[in-house]
Amino acid sequence: MVRKSRLRCCGKEVVVDFDLTREQEMIRKEVRKFAQSEIAPVALELDEAEEFSSDLTRKMGEIGLFGMFVAETYEGQAMDYISYIIAVEEIARVDGSQAATIAAGNSLGIGPLYYFGSEEQKQKYLPTLCNGQALWGFGLTEPTAGSDAGGSKTTAVRDGNEWVINGSKIFITNAASDMTLGVTVQAITGTRSNGKPEYTCFIVESGTRGFKAVPMKKKMMWRSSNTAELYFDDVRVPAANILGQQGDGFHQMLKTLDGGRLSIAAMGLGGAQGAYDAALKYAQKREQFGQPISKFQAVAFKLADSAMEIECGRNLLYKACWLRDHKRPFEKEAAMAKLYCSELMGRVANHAVQIHGGYGLMKEYDVERFYRDQKLLDIGEGTSEVQRIVISRYIGC
Amino acid sequence: MEIAVLLKQVPATESLIEIADGGTTIKTDGINWVMNPYDELAVEEALQIRAADGGTVTVFSLGPEKAVEALRTALAMGADTAVRIDPQGKPMDGLSTAKVLAGELKKGAFDLIIAGHRAVDDDNFQVGPAVAELMGIPHISMVIRQEVTDGRIRCTRTIDGGTLVLETALPALITTQRGLNEPRYASLPGIMKAKKKPIDTRALSETGTDPGEPMVRTIAMRLPPQRKGGRIIEGDSATAKAEALVKALREEAKVI
Ligand SMILES: Cc1cc2nc3c(=O)[nH]c(=O)nc-3n(C[C@H](O)[C@H](O)[C@H](O)COP(=O)(O)OP(=O)(O)OC[C@H]3O[C@@H](n4cnc5c(N)ncnc54)[C@H](O)[C@@H]3O)c2cc1C
Ligand SMILES: Cc1cc2nc3c(=O)[nH]c(=O)nc-3n(C[C@H](O)[C@H](O)[C@H](O)COP(=O)(O)OP(=O)(O)OC[C@H]3O[C@@H](n4cnc5c(N)ncnc54)[C@H](O)[C@@H]3O)c2cc1C
Repeated sequence: MVRKSRLRCCGKEVVVDFDLTREQEMIRKEVRKFAQSEIAPVALELDEAEEFSSDLTRKMGEIGLFGMFVAETYEGQAMDYISYIIAVEEIARVDGSQAATIAAGNSLGIGPLYYFGSEEQKQKYLPTLCNGQALWGFGLTEPTAGSDAGGSKTTAVRDGNEWVINGSKIFITNAASDMTLGVTVQAITGTRSNGKPEYTCFIVESGTRGFKAVPMKKKMMWRSSNTAELYFDDVRVPAANILGQQGDGFHQMLKTLDGGRLSIAAMGLGGAQGAYDAALKYAQKREQFGQPISKFQAVAFKLADSAMEIECGRNLLYKACWLRDHKRPFEKEAAMAKLYCSELMGRVANHAVQIHGGYGLMKEYDVERFYRDQKLLDIGEGTSEVQRIVISRYIGC
Repeated sequence: MEIAVLLKQVPATESLIEIADGGTTIKTDGINWVMNPYDELAVEEALQIRAADGGTVTVFSLGPEKAVEALRTALAMGADTAVRIDPQGKPMDGLSTAKVLAGELKKGAFDLIIAGHRAVDDDNFQVGPAVAELMGIPHISMVIRQEVTDGRIRCTRTIDGGTLVLETALPALITTQRGLNEPRYASLPGIMKAKKKPIDTRALSETGTDPGEPMVRTIAMRLPPQRKGGRIIEGDSATAKAEALVKALREEAKVI
């Protein structure tokens, strides 16, 4: 088997290699097996009951789905980013809600603590989080600040050796579950020399006086993922709870969202794959007019388009991860992958429901859930419009 | 306890099997390969015994380069070392496979050897018992429960309509049956750790075992007949439906 094709370009050797490593293939296989036997049987039930399952989350922790890119020193799995993305993709292929718990748990919960935390903070929180025994939230969004962080109103004021936080956050994933250990919260801590607000991130443990996390109910999608409103009412934390340095908050948020976009893209890709698989199987079995509906060009072309777009999405996303793993700039590609894979799942889930006919509108068929779960991907961690703004800036508009 | 597990890589049960040109083998492109499910039970049981009594778990596979994946999965589940014997393209039947494996197992000092009672591809049901026979050790097949104490193993095995309790001295070989345990997943940290564990690869020609020519030759392979769709018996009442069913069973299917 030819593994690598070598080209000569500008006197340099260029290697193009589309093979995954044996470990990456094994991760895909094992996570797929886990998702099919542990998540698939309960996904519908949890979605209907709008119930977050800490049992299932702990099980996902046991096989190592938390702290995937974290070093072994903190009990992480020390894997590359592609491995993490493959794992999210495989979970999303079966259920968007559990994929959300994993993606937010890693990229938003564990990520900022790992990349920006002090040694002491890392020692204190990461092992429990990486073992999947606890969850952590990342609070940016506020009622008045969604796409525009400039609308933030949450403040932190220094008082001796403590900071006093006041304000609220909304839509914060994993922040009000029965296994949430705490949250990272962004607050305004002053004004910069250019007149803009100075942002700083703080660690707030669950149970801190004045801090309340309330689960948000009646969601259309991600119904078994935990989403919370956070209230800070004169919450006092020691100065040692600052993540990194005072004033680092804005930069930390940007870095976190760059990585987070890859995991949202993985959810889009995995969800598209799951919806496509279901639609293809259904179309091969369902007969109308004396033959399987997959034989009708109108149906076959929808499936052909889906297969093609999934292939494009996977190549785009893995390339963005490859850039990140090779410490190259990946921000533009991450925004492209997030945007493309989210919208891709929208098109594929729409086809999948259409191919299922009336049955696709019923909850017994997974495509109904996929169709709903997709919509978040166009909105969370930077809306599709915001991704287009980001890409336009990178290309010089 | 020094434990050896015999394992084989087989096509996943959901794979679409097609017969290759020549009619005696299957097409292998596009097939998803997995560890034989009964061998997964064997790996799991070995790991549980090791957890209770200490020792090591060594997994053996006679198979092509691709079989490394199944060995890696066993290492990721927690096995200590792996041995792959490369058949170098030589055709093998159940007995020649057993000869090669027995030859390699004799080079170690294993207290217990665990194998699946069959591999779901060829359904030979032979390798485990044949290995025990060639090694001159006792074997107990289709085990659903086992207990090791003071150099002896006591096993519960399935028989038609019931179970049987058997005991023998170690070293011994047992084969697994569904119900023995619930195999664990190869965890992601396990996969990363397995990366650092070596796989000892031995070419058949280096083993010193001559398996001889296979005594069994495949002459033809056929797919099972397509299952016909079911039929729903119509009727106005339960009695009418039952009558129609009895009529169909008697006159059409001719089974009653
Ligand atoms: C289930 C769920 C989980 C979430 N988890 C988290 C979390 O863990 N942590 C966290 O901090 N946040 C989280 N969020 C919040 C999420 O990131 C925001 O919803 C998102 O950033 C959009 O903000 P918004 O809802 O306020 O919409 P808005 O910003 O009000 O946007 C409304 C619309 O206006 C458009 N728009 C806004 N500005 C522009 C512009 N300049 N140009 C063009 N169009 C524009 C948007 O694209 C959108 O279509 C979560 C949200 C949901 C629903
Ligand atoms: C909420 C609801 C209310 C309804 N109310 C009624 C009602 O009051 N009375 C009633 O009788 N029915 C009702 N229906 C049934 C509805 O009319 C059918 O669902 C619809 O006709 C499609 O049939 P199907 O679901 O069996 O899909 P299928 O016919 O199996 O179609 C599956 C897919 O294959 C495609 N397809 C099928 N044949 C071809 C072809 N030849 N060429 C190209 N593509 C093809 C379809 O377009 C579709 O995408 C209702 C359905 C729903 C969901």
